[in-house]
Amino acid sequence: MSGSSKKILAGRAWVYGENVNTDVIIPARYLNTSDPERLAPHCMEDIDSAFADGVAQGDIIVAGNNFGCGSSREHAPIAIMASGISCVIAGSFGRIFFRNAINIGLPILECPEAALSSAVSKGDRIEADLQTGRVLNITNGREFASNPIPEFLQSLFSAGGLVPYVRKRLESAS
Amino acid sequence: MGRTIAEAIIASRTTDRVSAGAICQVKVDFAFANDITGPPAIEEFKRMGGVRVFDPDRCAILPDHFTPNKDIASAGQAKIARLFAREQGMLYWEVGRVGVEHAFLPEQGLVVPGEIVVGGDSHTCTYGAVGALGTGMGQTDIAGIWALGETWLRVPETIKVVLSGHPSKWIGGKDLIIHLIGMIGVEGARYRSLEFHGDAVAEIPQDDRFTMSNMAIEAGGKCGIFVPDETTLAYARARARRDFTPAYPDGDARYERVVEIDVSKIEPTVALPHLPGNSITARECSKMEIDQVFIGSCTNGRISDIEKAASILKGRRVHDNVRLMVIPASYEVYNRALDLGLIRVFTDAGASVCTPTCGPCMGGHLGILAKGERAVSTSNRNFVGRMGHPESEIVLAGPMVAAASAVLGRVADPRELDS
Repeated sequence: MSGSSKKILAGRAWVYGENVNTDVIIPARYLNTSDPERLAPHCMEDIDSAFADGVAQGDIIVAGNNFGCGSSREHAPIAIMASGISCVIAGSFGRIFFRNAINIGLPILECPEAALSSAVSKGDRIEADLQTGRVLNITNGREFASNPIPEFLQSLFSAGGLVPYVRKRLESAS
Repeated sequence: MGRTIAEAIIASRTTDRVSAGAICQVKVDFAFANDITGPPAIEEFKRMGGVRVFDPDRCAILPDHFTPNKDIASAGQAKIARLFAREQGMLYWEVGRVGVEHAFLPEQGLVVPGEIVVGGDSHTCTYGAVGALGTGMGQTDIAGIWALGETWLRVPETIKVVLSGHPSKWIGGKDLIIHLIGMIGVEGARYRSLEFHGDAVAEIPQDDRFTMSNMAIEAGGKCGIFVPDETTLAYARARARRDFTPAYPDGDARYERVVEIDVSKIEPTVALPHLPGNSITARECSKMEIDQVFIGSCTNGRISDIEKAASILKGRRVHDNVRLMVIPASYEVYNRALDLGLIRVFTDAGASVCTPTCGPCMGGHLGILAKGERAVSTSNRNFVGRMGHPESEIVLAGPMVAAASAVLGRVADPRELDS
């Protein structure tokens, strides 16, 4: 998926707390494959066994600080994307998860206010504007601003992630 | 304004302006993946139109996670990695020669002071122990580096950690780093560099420094770097396969904050489930019964860890209710342990000793926990389900606490066995 294809995303919220690590996003016992379709059924399995069956295309994860901390496994954002999640909104992100999400084109927003436990409840309708970073909770009418993403990373994301970026550089070098 | 060590290393490998928060394009000295991150990195490399890796002597794949192959799928992954490494002429070592990546690469002299090392594994921060900027990335980033020899790095703010005082003989790097993570929290160093200073550093052996740098990521850190001293340089000179130029921080470097620790006050320390920051002294949880102990991993599978564990287990038996797994992190460690008679100490005590592999650390194989079981582990993460069933528990500890716990069948301070 290209990050440039859709700027305003809307979906139901799946709400989690702080320090959601990559081991619970996709446990290592499933890492003998990197096939998105085989990872998705196990996404979030160790902290929310209802997620994989209940998630609908376009739904949004809203979580506390340090989302995606832990292992470097890109299988984590891959599993989230393959499960249908359109965007992850968190107070902050583990740094490797942050890179991985940008690289594969999974939209992420660092939005500390939306991450507060009172701001969003499970099942709320959420709208996220990737262009402006504005997050709207349609269910309770509250609106939140995200931290801006550095320009270089924004352009990497808009170009569709790291693969086309490197391909272009390799082509221009040859 | 002077530079921190992370800034100094980045500045030596970029033409961009280096200051905390800036994004720089940097030259990467060494880039590797393992049998989990390698195959998808290879796939991304091909999608990028990559033909040859930027330098086959600076690119590596280490099959250490699910090896010796635990099932057909992981054997397939390892095969993809092996064939690509052969085709590219990259560095690659087969089972029987490879070790757990972050123990093995420094032993081989392939990570050296002053360099930027990127691995497809979050514990690549281990190389801060030799004065390198080691940092973990995902498989697409690794593919990009293999293709270009470069990547982007955000210059991290730095937390200066000043260690003072004399450490007791009952503590090691693990007790210190769990204590630090308990102080600053599991995201206390998020996006940041930890830089270790202080008069106590001279008394922290090289193996213990690897343990500490290894767990910088458990505080969210991008890297955890020891300022090179005689210990670092002696280690690096004895092994380095390349010339190297160590980097040092300037005296007037700017730090985001300074954290001071008097190491003489630190007692044997553990981290309770389910976060590495849940630090508490081993003595305070000596009623927690356990089912399994794992001594090994990229955190604590080096020879001095094995020696410390053996010193506790010599002449003792593993508790009837406990399974003890000892996994030396490399064949250099394994062979040294054989020469010193330590493997026999473990088997006499009733422990299992396995071939070098990551094994049970991330719930791969060789020691998965059942529902309701609790382990003491010398590895680096005690997240929910990390070593098996989501309702199992992990207590992180150093090798002496782990060995004492194996003997007593509960979390134990090694001083309890001191007579």
